[in-house]
Amino acid sequence: MNIVVTVKQVPDTWAEKKLDAADKTVDRQSVDNVMNEMDEYGVEEALKIKEAHGGEVTVVTMGPAKAVETIRKALSMGADKAVHLTDDSLHGSDALATSAALAKVISTLSPDIVITSSEASDARGGVIGALLSERLGLPQLTQARKVTVDPGAGTVQIERLADNGYALVEASLPVVVGVVEKINQPRYPSFKGIMAAKKKPLTTLSAADAGLDAASVGLAGAASTVVTSEPAPPRSSGTIVKDEGDGGTKVAEFLSAQKLI
Amino acid sequence: MAEVLVLVEHADGEPKKVTAELLTLARSFGEPAAVFLGAPGTYAKAKDYLAQFGAAKVYVAESDDIAGYIGGPAAEVIAQLVGEAAPAAVLVAATSDSREVAARVAAKIDSGLIWDATALTPDLVATQGIFGGSTIVTSKVTRGVPVVVVRPNATAPEAAPSTPAEQVVDVAISDTAKGAKIVDRVVEAKSGRPDLTEAQVVVSGGRGLGAAEHFALVEKLADTLGAAVGASRAATDAGWYPHQNQVGQTGKTVSPQLYIAVGISGAIQHRAGMQTSKTIVAVNKDPEAPIFEFADYGLVGDLFNVVPQLTSEIEARKAG
Repeated sequence: MNIVVTVKQVPDTWAEKKLDAADKTVDRQSVDNVMNEMDEYGVEEALKIKEAHGGEVTVVTMGPAKAVETIRKALSMGADKAVHLTDDSLHGSDALATSAALAKVISTLSPDIVITSSEASDARGGVIGALLSERLGLPQLTQARKVTVDPGAGTVQIERLADNGYALVEASLPVVVGVVEKINQPRYPSFKGIMAAKKKPLTTLSAADAGLDAASVGLAGAASTVVTSEPAPPRSSGTIVKDEGDGGTKVAEFLSAQKLI
Repeated sequence: MAEVLVLVEHADGEPKKVTAELLTLARSFGEPAAVFLGAPGTYAKAKDYLAQFGAAKVYVAESDDIAGYIGGPAAEVIAQLVGEAAPAAVLVAATSDSREVAARVAAKIDSGLIWDATALTPDLVATQGIFGGSTIVTSKVTRGVPVVVVRPNATAPEAAPSTPAEQVVDVAISDTAKGAKIVDRVVEAKSGRPDLTEAQVVVSGGRGLGAAEHFALVEKLADTLGAAVGASRAATDAGWYPHQNQVGQTGKTVSPQLYIAVGISGAIQHRAGMQTSKTIVAVNKDPEAPIFEFADYGLVGDLFNVVPQLTSEIEARKAG
């Protein structure tokens, strides 16, 4: 099974995120950056599929030079090799351009399964799986809380989250799978894994190496633009009351005064 | 006036409230043209609703080739309609299914995509709360027909009775688009409560509940208020409540009139999914819980005393 898993380096969830004042892209300089937490579930699922059915796991990321830290993490978890698409011209790419660039790189790897996660914590679009499916012309098995691969039949079945339960969705390989975070428990990199990661193959590609047209990526190729940006008005705390045995009644009085009941 | 395509959000033909919101929004800058995609025989249930909220036209595409697959077929039909109708914009609801369809449409028609808009001006400048609502941006599509994913509760729906022209769409879905086949739909929890993202009132439970069975307290309060039930990630990770009900980063984003957080500390991940709620009420025994920093009304106390008392107080007021 040839498995590709996409990862993204993002500002730490706990960091105060902001947009760069000049070009209104996510400021990745002033904050600690980590692997998007959701992507850990994607890497874990890739490793589980490899462990069950054999094969190889290739990590693919697009991002600035320091995104190599996130690649190292995925490799230390157990992925076999990595491709890092990095180029100044890619800075400011929107989801559409990012998906096109990733699809271009991924298609050269001839995967059986492409794994993404449900969303990145910085942009929260939740669309990369659908977009890769569209770009690669592969079945969209996104929002999966369970993935079952049947190599003999050449099929993959998932449980796709729905509002009141799930849909059982099936497709023939190759496929794009998008996982949600309840699917597994990502492993921690072991010391051995961290050491081994340093020797694993890492291919670094520029936009030109990947065959990307500079006009179609980055801020130049973006199909939307941020017009204005400002901090949300701070939400101040209101009335705080300690329960003296009549707390429930007090809350009801507040709701009533606000005409909410 | 140019058409504005509005993807009808529905469950087996029963329209969701957000559909009325999108039709109302579309009317502010164009001619609302509803796009109904569903299984054969489902449109009949949506027809009157779409007329009531002012659809000038309805594109009807009923086919198992659409309803039986994920993503691809719906995107193909909408992209085809964009080609034929040259609309001013395409509006879809920010549900997990429709946002994926919207993204595929934008890729197909090489147009810009904006997600989670909370407002949209007639000249198509969208407002979005990013980074969990801590930054407000306005943004604009600069290429193609804007595809805008709009949050439920962003617009107040206004009825505008019309007699829509119905146009049956010739559905011819490619084999590539029919890759991910739905073989079964399994209902695990049918609550009868409103949709979490559409609800006017949401009551959520968190770690402070301590056990799955204690969610009954939250559900009872929710039912008294006609509310949806949410859960923090701590509660869903513990398996106390379904993942579908998770509010926050990696879960649903809600923006109700009233949000009641029960036993939820209000860490940044949770805050990201609910801080645009109009009024926030929190019950937590820890006076240092971050939720008290942004709640409109905070009650420091034992939820096992406060919540049942609140529930019976509301019941008593309703009866009185």
